[in-house]
Amino acid sequence: MSMTDQAATPLLPARLRRFLRAIALLRESPVAMIGTGLILFWVLVAILAPLLAPFDPNATLQPFAKPGTAYAAGHGTFWLGTDHLGRDILSRIIWGSRTVLLYGFVATACAYAVGIAMGLAAGYCRGWLDELLSRASDIILSFPILVLYVVIIATIGASGLNIVLAVTFASAPAIMRIVRGLVLEIRERDYVAAAKMRGENAVYIMFVEILPNARGPLIVDACLRMGYVTITIGALGFLGLGLPPPDPDWGGMINEARSMALAFPHMTVLPCIAISSLVLGLNLLADGLREISLRD
Amino acid sequence: MTETTAAKTSQDSPVLDLQDLRISYFTRSGEINVVPGLDLKLYPGEAIGLVGESGCGKSTIGYAIMRYLGKAGRITGGKVIFEGQDLYALDEDALRRLRGNRMAMVYQDPMSSLNPTMTVGAQLMEIPIYHFGASKSDAHARAIAMLEEVNLPDPEAMMRRYPHQLSGGQQQRVVIAMALMAEPSLLIMDEPTTGLDVTVEAAVLDLIAALRRKHKTSIIFISHNLGTVVRICDRIGVLYAGELVEEGPIRDVFNDPRHPYTRGLLSCIPTLDADKNSAPLVPIKGTVSVPRQRPPGCVFARRCEYLQDGLCTQDTICMGYAPQSRKHRVRCARQHSLPPLERSGASEAIDVEAMPHNEAILAINGLKKYYDQSAGLGLIGGNNVQVKAIDGINLRARRGETLAIVGESGCGKSTLAKILTGLELATSGKVTLDEVDLTELGVGKRPDDVIRRLQMVFQNPDSTLNPSHTIGYAIERPLRQFAKLQGDKLKKKVKSLLKAVNLPAEFAERKPRQLSGGQKQRVAIARALAGSPEVIIADEPVSALDVSVQAAIINLLAELQSERQTTLLFISHDLSVVRYLADRVAVMYLGKIMEAGRVEDVFAPPYHPYTEALLSAVPVPDPNVRSKRIVLQGKPPSVMDRPKGCPFATRCHRKIGAICDEVEPVEQRFSSGHRIACHLPEAELAGMEPVLTTDAAAE
Repeated sequence: MSMTDQAATPLLPARLRRFLRAIALLRESPVAMIGTGLILFWVLVAILAPLLAPFDPNATLQPFAKPGTAYAAGHGTFWLGTDHLGRDILSRIIWGSRTVLLYGFVATACAYAVGIAMGLAAGYCRGWLDELLSRASDIILSFPILVLYVVIIATIGASGLNIVLAVTFASAPAIMRIVRGLVLEIRERDYVAAAKMRGENAVYIMFVEILPNARGPLIVDACLRMGYVTITIGALGFLGLGLPPPDPDWGGMINEARSMALAFPHMTVLPCIAISSLVLGLNLLADGLREISLRD
Repeated sequence: MTETTAAKTSQDSPVLDLQDLRISYFTRSGEINVVPGLDLKLYPGEAIGLVGESGCGKSTIGYAIMRYLGKAGRITGGKVIFEGQDLYALDEDALRRLRGNRMAMVYQDPMSSLNPTMTVGAQLMEIPIYHFGASKSDAHARAIAMLEEVNLPDPEAMMRRYPHQLSGGQQQRVVIAMALMAEPSLLIMDEPTTGLDVTVEAAVLDLIAALRRKHKTSIIFISHNLGTVVRICDRIGVLYAGELVEEGPIRDVFNDPRHPYTRGLLSCIPTLDADKNSAPLVPIKGTVSVPRQRPPGCVFARRCEYLQDGLCTQDTICMGYAPQSRKHRVRCARQHSLPPLERSGASEAIDVEAMPHNEAILAINGLKKYYDQSAGLGLIGGNNVQVKAIDGINLRARRGETLAIVGESGCGKSTLAKILTGLELATSGKVTLDEVDLTELGVGKRPDDVIRRLQMVFQNPDSTLNPSHTIGYAIERPLRQFAKLQGDKLKKKVKSLLKAVNLPAEFAERKPRQLSGGQKQRVAIARALAGSPEVIIADEPVSALDVSVQAAIINLLAELQSERQTTLLFISHDLSVVRYLADRVAVMYLGKIMEAGRVEDVFAPPYHPYTEALLSAVPVPDPNVRSKRIVLQGKPPSVMDRPKGCPFATRCHRKIGAICDEVEPVEQRFSSGHRIACHLPEAELAGMEPVLTTDAAAE
């Protein structure tokens, strides 16, 4: 018993130390730190939305208020103005961050789950399965991506779940290609042969021996891809294929205010800045991570 | 025009004069002083070999002389005087005129110095055109002459080829031709033969030696292989942690090494005349480390077995002359009080009867492996070409013995390992492990027990362990798999396995990247031992390691094997290591076994002509040993188009005639199971002279 205690205690600090070392490494790249800062900002905003938002995001209060106007019929100020229906833009942006982060993350995660499974199967098993998956993904990737989204959403209808499905369908092939390429290289390493030679099964080799060693490029790609997905969700919202209307959604906000963009620029510019800053944060983090991974 | 006069006037002044050269690397974590002060003179026509383990600054010095140190490296003191001018005082223009003209460098990897998009001819012609303003036709003529000089066949055709169309040996010849185009007075060669096969290496070394005599070029020859240095150089400098610890004429240093590090290097390399029973290798303990703060006194003190406290660790130790010598310098405080070096003599005849004659555990009968390679465009078809990687092999490995398989790259030795381990399936023939037929059993179909009994150690220490898993996990996994151990028993067994390969138990929690190459290979051996296998296949397990580490791993393998009575199938291209470790040897060429038998029979006459050529090609790290030079012509024929008769016939120096090309030779049997597949009459085989002779015996 004392043996296991001894063995178990040094494990935690080691894991903690490794985590702290990763953070320290991140701090050496200013680019990655700025990216992380931007992302953390939006994550905090999303979590604290009920506390931060001054108004109900869907309540009609006072149409066409300029930024900084005080609420005539009650307490508070519209710091970022209101839209044509009189809804507070600041509150809508704050609540909208929840939508975009939630669906952006879930959609990317789903795309990765499917893409990794496909890539591992294609790269490790090769043969007809590889041919099938590769050709199928070629076909999907040959469509312009936005057309693909529009067709899918127009067919199955606009809803949060369907956005996740559409993103998964359109992104998984690209992820599969990356994973497949990495697997093709890693499967030739001696430790994979060693695993085969102690009788491990294919699933173990794929997920325990190969996948962890492909994580570096995949993490970088995941950051970038979440940026694309954020833009996609915005674009779908802009095209009216995003989430159903009442709930705040950055892309949808731009779309609704599009016709008034010249007269009331704040209605479109502010959600645009929100989207850009989040995407910028993700891209900077990806750049920083790549830089760090290349350095050592 | 000016260069010839310059060379003449400087006849007695050194070509290169390094004066207290200091080099540091500047990294994120500060300055690392890699060369603390180097004094070295090189006179016209002289060749000096710089040797030492990896990380001791050999290449750094080479680059510093060329002023090629990267951004991180900087000279922090001293001078590099080349033909009378201080190189670090020159501007970029003057430097460019010197490089490739008066001084040239040859690197380990020829492809890194050849431009893949230019023909060989264009690259060679560039040099006279750029440096001497030669006309195109003049440059062309010079290039052709140079290609002839480096013994490349059909220089005209060679000029039009691209680098990727040449073999490794040919590429290195082209690089040497490029380096010599301008008749430089200084040539720096950084491990120029390390990536080459032993017979190709021997030919390139002979070429370098001949060109050196002809052109009177001074050479700095950087190598980790003491044998190659002996073939080329007249002086040797031993480097340790950036310091020259011993320097002098090659015979003086080899016959009377006065620095403990030199002695260590010499006693840790296996030689062709010693085996594990007669002269055990002595590894140097510890590893090279460049200390951020150099300790006072000797840098080698930490690893030195002659260390004397106080004397060695206090004052700076200067280079001093060895007794009765004005040329042999040593940096050791105790050089006059070292005990004389004990060299173990040539191997005594082993008592053959004492060797256990166990029954065969692994039997290979008529094994063939053919690959189908489509010559067309994949899907569209095209002609299928059959590649015969292994073409009929019969071998037997007995319980508890070491069977070595030697041969040059492409001879099929690694394919054989893959078939035995089940990673590939044989085309025909039979492999049995104690009555269990393995031939049709791919690794996925093998029962757990068969898998447990046959394990493997791989070549590359960097890819043998999964970088994402801890060392402990790597060893635990097969224990769970084979021995079904869990909990305390598992942890205990992991510790005992780590101990068996001389690693501390704490290593269980480390990741592979925190380990050195030798340590990783130890873990790989521990992992292979986890299931207590009966047969271990080791595919070049030491070829990627430094000599001192190599010795330790070889000793470990020999020790574990004799303790556990494991059968070791040792695949290697290094004949010295094989001579040291093996009980029996099989020599492979183009997928066939040319010669097999007990190690002392194979390494002594009668030889197969191929074995004879291989033995003569091995660079022997002893200037007193003369080896017969047999230069093999050409390169091995492609496995796609193998000769009809004897596979070695196209390159054989003892070829009899048409029979060799037409008829496959049958094996001739000699005493105690020694067999040779050759057409030479038995009497001629038996009458061969030994390849190696020592000077003392010859005189």
